[in-house]
Amino acid sequence: MEFLFTHLVAKYNFWLYIVLMMIGLYAMIAKNNLIKKLVGMNIFQTAIILFYVSVGSKKGGTIPIIEHGAGHTPHGIDPAHYVNPLPHVLMLTAIVVSVSTFGVALALAIKIYQRYKTLEEDEILTRIRES
Amino acid sequence: MKKLALLIVILSGGLLLYATKDFPPWGDPHSPASMHVSPRYLMKSLEETGVPNVVTSILADYRGYDTMFETTVIFCAGIACFMLLRKFEAQSKDVYYRHIPTGITIHVKGGKQIPPTSKEFEKIDAIWTPYDLIINTVSRFLVPFIQLFALYVIAHGHHSPGGGFQGGVILGASIIVVAIAFNLRTAIKRFGEKIDGIMSALGVFIYSGIGAICVLLGAEFLNYGTLARILPVSKIMARSHGILGVEIGVGIAVMAVMVCIYNNVASEGKHDEGL
Repeated sequence: MEFLFTHLVAKYNFWLYIVLMMIGLYAMIAKNNLIKKLVGMNIFQTAIILFYVSVGSKKGGTIPIIEHGAGHTPHGIDPAHYVNPLPHVLMLTAIVVSVSTFGVALALAIKIYQRYKTLEEDEILTRIRES
Repeated sequence: MKKLALLIVILSGGLLLYATKDFPPWGDPHSPASMHVSPRYLMKSLEETGVPNVVTSILADYRGYDTMFETTVIFCAGIACFMLLRKFEAQSKDVYYRHIPTGITIHVKGGKQIPPTSKEFEKIDAIWTPYDLIINTVSRFLVPFIQLFALYVIAHGHHSPGGGFQGGVILGASIIVVAIAFNLRTAIKRFGEKIDGIMSALGVFIYSGIGAICVLLGAEFLNYGTLARILPVSKIMARSHGILGVEIGVGIAVMAVMVCIYNNVASEGKHDEGL
């Protein structure tokens, strides 16, 4: 029980992001409307981004901009003083990719609506089978 | 279907939660993610590239190849939206005009149009809202300040949080504000489709062009240190200027693609009415 308590309290951020991921996954699978599926995809991507950024955090660390005064270079930069910058960089790419896929997915949803006049998945499947 | 989805979600969620047993605790400075190459980036970024913002120097210099393809991805997204949705032929549907001096609305059927040179008639959307002085004036005043702030964010990516992507999105937002406050045709008249397409390709071209210049000067692709041979600065400052150059390219590409996606998605490709 104490073992579970240590794991739950020390890593509650991972548990929160996994819950958010599962909410997004449920929306992608279970919802009927195409736009709600897309929103679920966006929630999933946001949870992944938060998860990675939280992996790189350090207790008491500040943002990864090296403190520099006017005209003096610091020597002895302590990496434990700054938050890990690498997940931030990777997640910048992930945010841009998620915006791109959301834009293209909305364009595809518009084309589907123009063709089948509905955005509900079961109605679209019925109309595909009829035509 | 919903019960099956719930089962799948609970199973995979439980599996992931069980896997967190092996994770390092939150905020551990000795976690494996912060131990290998990231301390080297933190310690060497200022002395090798002259850029104190380690995120920018990793994004544009140490992992610059990755960022170039990210810019290509967002350019491809703009192209995809354009090619999926854009319709060029004039739709034969009803058009609405409003006579400005008297306020009478005219409904012209069947695809005929009043020529746009006549000053008394303005084309209105099917869902028309009256002219709101506050929204129109305030958004017109705000746009240059938004753009100034966006250029500040791009240029100060070296010393404060910012960079090309962030500034590019704010620049795109300044044009979308005009499209929302007025109407889509006003925004397209200000920032046309042709210049938009040219700028989105220009951004990717600037980025890979800087990399190609480095190859022409004799070093590897995107090794900005060799730019010191044509710029009168030291090798470290040449890397800093190379980072600024690619950030400008990224900012231009992101702005153009944001506007392109908005124009095509909000008007379903026809570019006549917006939101």
